[in-house]
Amino acid sequence: MTVHAPITFRAQDAAQVTTEASFKSLTLAVENMHCGGCMRSVERAALGVAGVASARANLSAQRVSVAYDPARTGEPALIEALARAGFPAAPMQWVKPGAEQARQKYLLRRTAVAGFAAMNIMLISVAVWSGAASDMDLALATAFRWLSALIALPTVAYSGQPFFDSALGALKARRLNMDVPISLAILLATAMSLYQTIRGSEQVYFDAAVSLLFLLLVGRFLDETLRVRASSEAQNLLSLQSGMATVIEANGSHRLVPAHALRLGDRLLVAAGERVAADGVVLKGRGQVDQSLITGETMPLTVAAGQEVYAGTLNLTQPLNIEVLAADSATLLAEISRLMLAAEQGKAHYRRLADRAAQVYAPAVHGLGLATFLGWLAIGASWQTALTYAIAVLIITCPCALALAVPAVQIAAASRLFRRRIIVKAADGLERIAETDMVVFDKTGTLTLGRLELLGQDAISGDVLIGAGRLAAASKHPYAKAIVAAAEKRTRAVVPASDVEEVPGLGLKRQLAQGEERLGSAEWCGVHSDGDDSEVWYRRDWMTPVRFRFADSVRTDAAEIAATLKRQGFELALLSGDRQGVVDKVADEVGISTRLAGLRPADKIAWLGAWASEGRKVLMVGDGLNDAPALAAAHASMSPASAADISQRAADFVFQGEKLAPVVEAIATARRARAMALQNFAVAAIYNVVCVPLAMAGFVTPLIAAIVMSTSSILVTANATRLADRGSR
Amino acid sequence: MTALAWLVPVALFLGGLGLAAFMWALRSGQFEDLEGAAYRALEDDPPEQ
Repeated sequence: MTVHAPITFRAQDAAQVTTEASFKSLTLAVENMHCGGCMRSVERAALGVAGVASARANLSAQRVSVAYDPARTGEPALIEALARAGFPAAPMQWVKPGAEQARQKYLLRRTAVAGFAAMNIMLISVAVWSGAASDMDLALATAFRWLSALIALPTVAYSGQPFFDSALGALKARRLNMDVPISLAILLATAMSLYQTIRGSEQVYFDAAVSLLFLLLVGRFLDETLRVRASSEAQNLLSLQSGMATVIEANGSHRLVPAHALRLGDRLLVAAGERVAADGVVLKGRGQVDQSLITGETMPLTVAAGQEVYAGTLNLTQPLNIEVLAADSATLLAEISRLMLAAEQGKAHYRRLADRAAQVYAPAVHGLGLATFLGWLAIGASWQTALTYAIAVLIITCPCALALAVPAVQIAAASRLFRRRIIVKAADGLERIAETDMVVFDKTGTLTLGRLELLGQDAISGDVLIGAGRLAAASKHPYAKAIVAAAEKRTRAVVPASDVEEVPGLGLKRQLAQGEERLGSAEWCGVHSDGDDSEVWYRRDWMTPVRFRFADSVRTDAAEIAATLKRQGFELALLSGDRQGVVDKVADEVGISTRLAGLRPADKIAWLGAWASEGRKVLMVGDGLNDAPALAAAHASMSPASAADISQRAADFVFQGEKLAPVVEAIATARRARAMALQNFAVAAIYNVVCVPLAMAGFVTPLIAAIVMSTSSILVTANATRLADRGSR
Repeated sequence: MTALAWLVPVALFLGGLGLAAFMWALRSGQFEDLEGAAYRALEDDPPEQ
């Protein structure tokens, strides 16, 4: 999008944006924007910032374009205003907005021209065909054919470009792709028709050539739309994921910097409750961090000066000062990036269904066309007649089922998944996930919510639980959150206690008339315990201390989904970096018998490789940084939206929400899409089986070619639309 | 049959007009947010400046 990015239909806006050249434009990815009302709230929130001239939300792209006066406001103010309105936003990174749509528009313009030409030529052709059966005089029919030529020639030259370019590229590389027979059919048909028009013959194929071009361009456009949509969703996710970091300058002042702009050696301040923006080493401070995204370990880890912390780690208790370490040093992130790169290279060779079909199809079509031409020459036909029949064969065998039906099916499937809050990130992901026969899960954050839950809640008295909950409400620590969540089940609202003092790394306390109330570690509450870090004590001076224990809660439908997948014939496995005992517990609860614990990222890849060499096609579902290489290596992959950004980047699908049902939904939709693509191939094959012999025998007139081609295209497209559901998003 | 002499150019011109309108709409970005446009039609007042 250019400077006048907010597309304004109202004259006064346009005037404002263009007359005041000092305005800057900015595109932000916006979360949570799902309806017309949200769209309006987003625009209102942005316009509420002083200095904003115009704001236009794009619901399809989940973005908002803002024109603002840089002297009066800036990026942080806009992001803050949107966040306050309930729409977390982030500036688009790595892409120039609009560049991704350029190819889409290029195709759409050519499709429009081809459509216009196809309709007009068809109109004229219908007159000529019906005239041939009645009393149209020859001069008029010839004039009409010349008129068709006049429309068709520039159209073919302009709208055929995408196919000609691609075919030339393939031929230069000494390969055959689907565009070679397409280009050949269009060019031959046009040239031959021109020749026949000059001769005044009836064998004129302009209508077939141009409508073929039109239908194929529609298919190409749909394919591109899916690709653009997938990549723009991916860009939104990436932009929203990488947050801001607080850099401590040499003079001690603080400055907010986008995480991607951090440099080696920068000193960062990570407040309690913030995520660490980059790999680094702790300079100052001691506190607990949640590393579940990175290692899969649910329990917080205590770090102190000199220890490394990784990007994506959640700082729980105390502000930390860290120094940024280079990503190319021996950090965990560097190791993971290297593994991912290697894994992705292995997968780049995947060939899409339509391409594989084209590999068989293109030589067959060329062979048939050539055989027709040579056959007719051999039995003594003129070269014009032989060539005309060969062109009829090429047109009849037009790969519409491949070029139109497959993209139509896939875009319908992607839209359906999008409405169910599953984002298709890789354009060929639908084909790959449909082929899988084994599902491998990660534990933390995937089978579980990556969120702690208080154990044995029912055994704890309401008085104790609510008392502890009121105290815990003052803290952001995951244990405290779990206690509050448990307390909220007993009482409608947990009123946070006042005058609570939090001592980072130890616990909470407050003074009451009856005595002191404390919540925290055993040491903090003055009790002796041989338990590990994973317990919290609650002590009131006038009562015996109570112990709270926690576990990561499994997603509510995990067991049900596992059972469904098993019933559908999938083999299931659980790969985790966590300890054996914890892994066994979750695996038993969900009902997965193949379980492997204590794995490092490279081990996960090794297991996937072993299964792949057995001929299994694995769908990997994972969220952590440690899963990222495995996600890239698996045949297909899914991540929850809560995953580490690097994992979301690696995954083919990203799903939102707290349920695991999207896994089943994505597989089912992809399989239906594949079934429909195959149905469409079958429809096309039947057409070819019936029509090709007729065409080879020379019975196919331009009229029949045009009708057959259009009906088969309409049929396959209509079939594709069955996949889209009409419900609201 | 002389009617065709002007009917055909008129038909082509009208079709061309449609094509030009589409190209204009495409260039002015009206196809960039198909879902949002559906909701915008229901808005009573333009968002205030």
